[in-house]
Amino acid sequence: MSLLEVNQLDVRFALRHGDVRALRDVSFTLDRGERLGIVGESGAGKSVAAFSLLNLIAKPGYIAGGSIRFDGQELIGMRDRTLRRVRGNRISMIFQDPMMTLNPVLSIGEQMVECLKAHRRIGRREARAIALRKLEQVHIPSPEARLDQYPHELSGGMRQRVIIAIALLLDPDIIIADEPTTALDVTIQAEIMDLLLELCEKHNVGLILITHDLGVVSQVTQRMLVMYAGRVIEQGPTREIINDPQHPYTQGLMNALPQMATPGSRLNQIPGSMPSLDNLPSGCAFHPRCGFTRRPDGSERTACRTQVPEFVASGNCQAACHMVAEMLDQERIPAQETTR
Amino acid sequence: MTTETSPLQAPPLPSRWERLRDSYLLYSFKRDPIAQLSLLVFIVFVTGAVLAPWLAPMNPYDLAQIDILASELPPFWIEGSDPAYMMGTDAQGRDLLSTILYGARVSLIIGFGAVALQALLGVVFGLMAGYLGGRIDAFLMRLADIQLSFSTLMVAIVVGALVKAIFGGATFSSYAVPLLVLIIGLAEWPQYARTVRASVLAEKGKEYVDAARTMGLPSRRIMFRHILPNTLSPIFVISTVQVANAIISEAALSFLGLGMPETHPSLGSLIKSGFDYIQSGSWWITLIPGAVLVVLVLVINLLGDWLRDVLNPRLYKG
Amino acid sequence: MTDTASHARRTPSRSDTGKDKPLLEIRGLEKRFSLSGDFLEQLKFKGGKLVREQVHVHAINGVDLEIQRGEALCVVGESGCGKSTVARTVMGLLHPSAGEIHYAGQRIDDLSTQALMPYRRRMQMIFQNPYASLNPRMTIQQTLEEPIRLHHPDWSRQQIRDQVDEVMASVGIAADWGTRYGHEFSGGQRQRIAIARALAVDPEFIVADEPISALDVSIQAQVLNLLMDARRDRNLTYLFITHDLAVVEHFGTRVAVMYLGRVCEVAPTATLFATPRHPYTQALMSAIPRLEDERPQHIRLEGEVPTPVHLPSGCVFHARCPHANARCRQEIPRLIAREDGSRVACHGVEEGRID
Repeated sequence: MSLLEVNQLDVRFALRHGDVRALRDVSFTLDRGERLGIVGESGAGKSVAAFSLLNLIAKPGYIAGGSIRFDGQELIGMRDRTLRRVRGNRISMIFQDPMMTLNPVLSIGEQMVECLKAHRRIGRREARAIALRKLEQVHIPSPEARLDQYPHELSGGMRQRVIIAIALLLDPDIIIADEPTTALDVTIQAEIMDLLLELCEKHNVGLILITHDLGVVSQVTQRMLVMYAGRVIEQGPTREIINDPQHPYTQGLMNALPQMATPGSRLNQIPGSMPSLDNLPSGCAFHPRCGFTRRPDGSERTACRTQVPEFVASGNCQAACHMVAEMLDQERIPAQETTR
Repeated sequence: MTTETSPLQAPPLPSRWERLRDSYLLYSFKRDPIAQLSLLVFIVFVTGAVLAPWLAPMNPYDLAQIDILASELPPFWIEGSDPAYMMGTDAQGRDLLSTILYGARVSLIIGFGAVALQALLGVVFGLMAGYLGGRIDAFLMRLADIQLSFSTLMVAIVVGALVKAIFGGATFSSYAVPLLVLIIGLAEWPQYARTVRASVLAEKGKEYVDAARTMGLPSRRIMFRHILPNTLSPIFVISTVQVANAIISEAALSFLGLGMPETHPSLGSLIKSGFDYIQSGSWWITLIPGAVLVVLVLVINLLGDWLRDVLNPRLYKG
Repeated sequence: MTDTASHARRTPSRSDTGKDKPLLEIRGLEKRFSLSGDFLEQLKFKGGKLVREQVHVHAINGVDLEIQRGEALCVVGESGCGKSTVARTVMGLLHPSAGEIHYAGQRIDDLSTQALMPYRRRMQMIFQNPYASLNPRMTIQQTLEEPIRLHHPDWSRQQIRDQVDEVMASVGIAADWGTRYGHEFSGGQRQRIAIARALAVDPEFIVADEPISALDVSIQAQVLNLLMDARRDRNLTYLFITHDLAVVEHFGTRVAVMYLGRVCEVAPTATLFATPRHPYTQALMSAIPRLEDERPQHIRLEGEVPTPVHLPSGCVFHARCPHANARCRQEIPRLIAREDGSRVACHGVEEGRID
């Protein structure tokens, strides 16, 4: 059994024109010490997925169905008090904007001590000692002095390190990091990613990294999910997806990167833009932007327009795509014929 | 991957009516009974005031219609009332309902007139202070500070007393409405100027203003064509509050005898004229117009509150 | 372009036609922002005396750059390095504290609003945030017509409309977008509109300040393609500000790397990516998350980016540089040309300590 099992998660937002389905049928697992990446563009639902794991979805959003099992316990429908023991304690979260987590009028030390005392019965002195140790773990220079500093006195990179230290305070089993480096510069981003990687390996902590940056995912995570318009459309080992993406959207996303084209030539763009969730295209949500809705012989694959694709296994990866499914079928039939 | 040659698809164009129907404004209005009730009451007031000459049973300005013998008659639910005077009559025998309708008309005219003047001054000064900045900003804002440190009443008392002393009471009475508009308008423009300046400063930092500047547009056009339309929400909100304030200011001035004369009463001067009779038992002469004033100001303020909640950009991202 | 004739007095030799002259030349540009408020707030008591004290942010400290016609010069650097300030100063949104900006041989940073008008047409800007760069109360048609009407007051309605239609078609937006407002569109669509606005007056020089940073990956490619098409079709010259080195490698013909308000390296793109010389450039390049390598070897920089309020002495990078020595801490390095066409401001490279 995995540490975290998410099954058929369905999240909706009750808006005035009716419900908007922000997440549909999202399922994945995370083992102890595993690093999982959730990739997608804005509007794909990747942040909603992270927030719903901790039941932090703000109104008008609500979890409409599915299950989230953490260490054998069902989190959906759990009483708030019990849930709070899990949240922060065993699963902690890192946000994109450090100032969202840090209280500007409290010193770093006070915030860390508060957090510890809220979850554990320990004295002030002991809490401060733990805080100091965590700041050392995230390689903050002169950690003792930092304890008495205020968030605004720190640079962006330092703040994000403090956030990571706070996330580590209660020795969690899972860290959820929502775009932790988007607001930071490349050199700082590289350092923070190195740090996250190191901490996960050293302390056997699971990591769910939510990002739009394929480069970051490929360097940090072992497995990844690609999301589009509220659904997971491809999942599998990171290296395999990066090297050989199956779903046309994943392919398009990779090919659109400037690194993938010869300098100065046109980039391979995906036409159009992500549909809004309250007005999804029929069938496969990607089909209006997809270049593979016709078979090689020119005939139209109507399933793309009419039927929501199911996951098909292709090697270690799974992709929700009619084209992939069809190609796999075609490979299988000749293979069976030859064995006969 | 196709190279893009055909133009992109645009979302279907909603008609003006559809846009209103789907707007957040209408949606939140439909879900707010207080706002609905307030608007209803306000509309009743405004129609009553506008149609006063046709609705009112008598013309309180017309001395020929006044019957001094019918003075101090109580409203209909008290014994001794006259069915011809539903709300009773005042000390001079004027029908109270008619006087209130006409009075509300005067109060609303002054309220809206004063706010129009405030808005004109405040918006122009606020735009200039916020957009041009520097010395102009410092000068205008200090001017606003000085203006705010005189209370409206003080300005009104001084101006009113001066006009009365120089031109005599009769001239003052005949020009009371424009004078009150001028006094209240001048006294409260800084409220507008400050609000507008604050939102201009916020808008000025946005890139569309930079874009207009790199284009080479003259400052005047950037201020009025680009920035002003984007500061309308706070202007609307503050306007509702200011109308209520102006009506109260006018009532207070009239109550003090510095506003509308009793021959041409506003709600304030009605309250004043009845004040002497409270002790003698004719409380309705003061209390009914007083209640009308309170309700009028209350509904305007409630509408203002609702509007502020709806237009607040922090709560609602447009 | 005859508009410049009125300024011919100031520039006797009309260099407009000179092909060898750079289109844009920035010399010794400096920009400081005061942090200390107005005059009254600057007064402080010190040692019993009233003194006026001013604190400044040194956003750019002596930047020299030139851009040749047809080039796409990319300026890269991390936040706070002054790259956006350079763009805004060039466009006249900010007045330089020192230094000069020349456009086609004519100094433009000290021109009056009136005299600047012809340059306002020839130079256009594209902004970072497509959600803020379109006036929410104007329709797309109004947004696109405004610059044309301003710069061609003699054009008829029909001419203006034709020009708008032409530019809308060229950025791939349908004519029926005109009656709508900016908020009805997605980020990528808005950025197309913003680009159309810049192209509407047929400029020859475009300053693009992080034009794709706020967009999604798949949309970034669309917008970048659009900018490259415009460059080819309209013979544009770009000053392109970005923090994304992958975009630079793809888009730029030449690259300037900035750190703390100074240019530390300028080189043709291929040269820079093949052989980055400056230690900061090397660190920056190693930090790009690549798809290929699993275990990246980043060059770790020690310490923090110093604040631009109290600039370090000598080379601005010395506190974080692994190769810094005594000279680096004292003497400000100048940009020195190398035989491969690059220019590097580093004592270590000059002395041959770093290769």
